[in-house]
Amino acid sequence: MKTYDIVIIGGGSGGLAAAQAASDPNLDVLLLEKDAMLGGILNQCIHNGFGLHRYQTELTGPEYAQRAIEELRDCNVEIKMKTTLYHMEKKQDYLITYINQAEGEITIRAKAIIATTGSYERTRGAIGLPGSRPKGVLNAGVAQRYLNIEGYMVGKNIFILGSGDIGLIMARRMRLEGANVLGVAEIMPHPSGLTRNVVQCLHDFDIPLYLSHTITDIKGTDQLESITISEMDYTFNPIKDSEKTFEVDALLLSVGLIPDITTFNGLSFLKDERTNGAVVDQHFETSLEGLFIAGNALHIHDLVDWVSEESEKAGLAAKAYIHKRQGKKKCLVEVLGNQHINYVLPQTLDINNTLKDVTLSFRVKEKYDRAMLYLKQGEKTIIKKKARFLVPAEMERLSLPENIELQKDQPLELIVEVIPS
Amino acid sequence: MKKEMICIVCPVGCHLEIDDDLKVTGNQCKRGEVYAKEEVTNPTRVLTTTVAIKSDITRRLSVKSEKPIPKEKLFEAMAILNRVWKEAPVDLHEIIVENIADTKVNILSTRRISK
Repeated sequence: MKTYDIVIIGGGSGGLAAAQAASDPNLDVLLLEKDAMLGGILNQCIHNGFGLHRYQTELTGPEYAQRAIEELRDCNVEIKMKTTLYHMEKKQDYLITYINQAEGEITIRAKAIIATTGSYERTRGAIGLPGSRPKGVLNAGVAQRYLNIEGYMVGKNIFILGSGDIGLIMARRMRLEGANVLGVAEIMPHPSGLTRNVVQCLHDFDIPLYLSHTITDIKGTDQLESITISEMDYTFNPIKDSEKTFEVDALLLSVGLIPDITTFNGLSFLKDERTNGAVVDQHFETSLEGLFIAGNALHIHDLVDWVSEESEKAGLAAKAYIHKRQGKKKCLVEVLGNQHINYVLPQTLDINNTLKDVTLSFRVKEKYDRAMLYLKQGEKTIIKKKARFLVPAEMERLSLPENIELQKDQPLELIVEVIPS
Repeated sequence: MKKEMICIVCPVGCHLEIDDDLKVTGNQCKRGEVYAKEEVTNPTRVLTTTVAIKSDITRRLSVKSEKPIPKEKLFEAMAILNRVWKEAPVDLHEIIVENIADTKVNILSTRRISK
């Protein structure tokens, strides 16, 4: 059985950055990708707006992917394409079984794993949409792949549920391709995607956005025929006589992404119910030694630039783990957020290991125009700064000071204190 | 007549109003004024779409306009691009259509497709 030092699972933006960072002339590093091309979801995100942080220029998704692929070119990394992982277990090392056409079914051994498996879309069932179940109801990301890679439209008269960025981007995309986009409904009183996308994807094409609305009926026996939306009151119950019906042949759902770590169900590591991903330390290592998770497989990002940065750190950490850290005991300090914070990552910091170059990522629960941010351990304030325009749609980042010193057995607290306007 | 818009220059998202004499209100900084004037006098957008390609791995080649083009030319450009048929290999940033819809802007591929 062949043994690798590090195996990276998934060759999208996360996997490409992780592989490049983990590569080493003296290590056997393997990258597994299920598709025929590297770059993952970036390949179907043909719109621009990527790379402003990482490459200081505005790129389309495929261009961003191309850069990451080129950066990996001269690295000592073996890549297997069209390869599906189908079993994984931990003995002394990790045992990975994969399948591809050239080799058949193969089991390999790995000392460390980096999971960069991305996310999946929340489905109709998960949000309990009422009505019949005709064809024509599908996830926005699936419709995006059909259109931008496979080359066909999923309908001519479209409605979109959810104002997440994928939904907004698809509204414009379908309109440009000649479809009639009748509207976008959002259950919350505010759009969940970036303002820039609301303006450039909806306002530009006079596509109506129905805030505080959701779908209350779906009709059609074989093919989707119509959908009905209703306005919601503040308790999220439909308001009587507010129904509007639209005749459509496709309904696209953009109602959230969930970290895809189902492949690792056979491994036992701590999960975080707020992110639906794993609990990690500052090196993106899970509670299972040698298992690293980064990118959307860890928590959902709104910018790919941070996926790359995070995965790069996971790659470097996996390499350091192989070289010297294996078996070294950790001393974990918890990182907690207050009531205005939805989640903070990493959830733990290992104070027996380096705390250099650590960035906390967090999302707030509501929109706050002005706030104070504090990072505290007990009575000691580590960071105090002003923050403006915190919104749930945008992930916030806070870098830890270089010379940070932490006590053990006491949690670190991230506090958002809202300043009333 | 006043026109309303949301500024997208930064995350603040000011609600702007601009009148026929190009007087801008509602902006909190100078950049909002520039944005509003540009939006009413010459709104432009980068067009990103796909064209058909004969290849082993994909049926569509992603493309973009090299620079923003006037907003009212977007659908004319789409109509031209829907008639384009490429064959692999295509290099990154290869010119797919020159001077699309008389905008003096070229359409470039945004991917390399080798086979």
